Amino acid sequence: MRFTFELLVTLKPGLADPQGKAVEASLPALGFSDVSDVHVGRHVRLDVEAPSEPEARVQVEDIARRLLSNPVIEDFRVLEPSGSEGGASAG
Amino acid sequence: MTVGTPRVGVITFPGSLDDGDALRAVEIMGGEGVALWHADHDLRGVDAVVLPGGFSYGDYLRCGAIAGHAPILDEVRAFADRGGPVLGICNGFQILCEAGLLPGALIRNASLRFICRDVFLRVESSQTPVTGELVPGEVIEIPIKHGEGQYVATSEQLRAIEDEGLVVFRYADRTGEVGEGSNPNGSLDAIAGVRNEAGNVVGLMPHPEHAVDPDVGPTGGQPLFAALLASALAGARA
Repeated sequence: MRFTFELLVTLKPGLADPQGKAVEASLPALGFSDVSDVHVGRHVRLDVEAPSEPEARVQVEDIARRLLSNPVIEDFRVLEPSGSEGGASAG
Repeated sequence: MTVGTPRVGVITFPGSLDDGDALRAVEIMGGEGVALWHADHDLRGVDAVVLPGGFSYGDYLRCGAIAGHAPILDEVRAFADRGGPVLGICNGFQILCEAGLLPGALIRNASLRFICRDVFLRVESSQTPVTGELVPGEVIEIPIKHGEGQYVATSEQLRAIEDEGLVVFRYADRTGEVGEGSNPNGSLDAIAGVRNEAGNVVGLMPHPEHAVDPDVGPTGGQPLFAALLASALAGARA
C-alpha cells in the first residue's frame, strides 16, 4: 500500500531564526504591526510504499532523523492527516 | 610510503567550487595535491583530507546535508577515526557538521546577506593539524565568502564546546579583540572554526586556501596549510 506523510521541520526553540526575523521585520510595512514570534520551517510531503502504516511510519521517521532534519538544530514532527484516525492517508 | 612530500587529498563534490584553489594551495606550500571524487570509496592513500568550499549537491535541503551522506564520507569517517588530519573549509565545514564529525551547525547569516570580504581571526587553539604553527591569541587575516556561516549549537552543546576548548578560531578585529562589530555573521561566541574532541578534525568558515598567494590578497592561510602538510607528513611517517 502507498501511504502519504507530511512532516514539519522546525528550528529548535531558542536558536537564532534569521528567516523568521526577516519575515517579522517586513510585516509592519504591510500594515501588520501586532505580529511577533515569527518562525520559518520546512514542510515535506512524501509517499511510502509499505505493507502497513506503522511500517511506513518507521521509515518516515528514520528518513526525517537521518536526512530531512539536523538533530543539532532542528526538531521534526510527522503530521497527523486530517480526517484519518491517527494514521497516514493510504492512496 | 611517502618520502618527504605529504599527499593531501581534496574531495570534489558536485557543486564544489574551491577544490582547485585547495589543490593549488597544497602545491604552493610544497605538498602533493591529490584529487578525490565524492562517489568513490577511496582516499587513494593520502596523508590528509580537505573538504573544500562550494555548494555540494546544490546545497538543497540544508548546506552540506546531502554531501554528509556521500560514499566517500564513509572513508573520511574511518580516516578520521584512525586519527588522520581532516580539514573542512566553508561548505566542507558544513559537511563535517552534518556528518556528525564536528559539533554544532551552520545556519543563514544573521544579516541574511551573502558576505565576501577579508576578516581577522583570533587563534584559540594550537592543538590541531592546521594551527601547529600558530599560538593562541595570534591574529590571521583570510577571506570569508558565505551566506550560511552563522555557527550555532544548543546551549548545552555550546557549553561543552567551550569547556573542552574545541573552538579553534574566533572572528576578531586586527588586534584580536572579539566583539559584535567584528562578528560578520552572528556566530555564537564569534566562533569561526572548531575541532573534534580528538583534535584531528577541524572545520572553519573562512577560506585559508584563498589566502596563500601574496599576489592576490592576504596570506593568512599559509601557516594553516604549512601545519596541515607537517601533520600529514608526521602521520605518513608514523
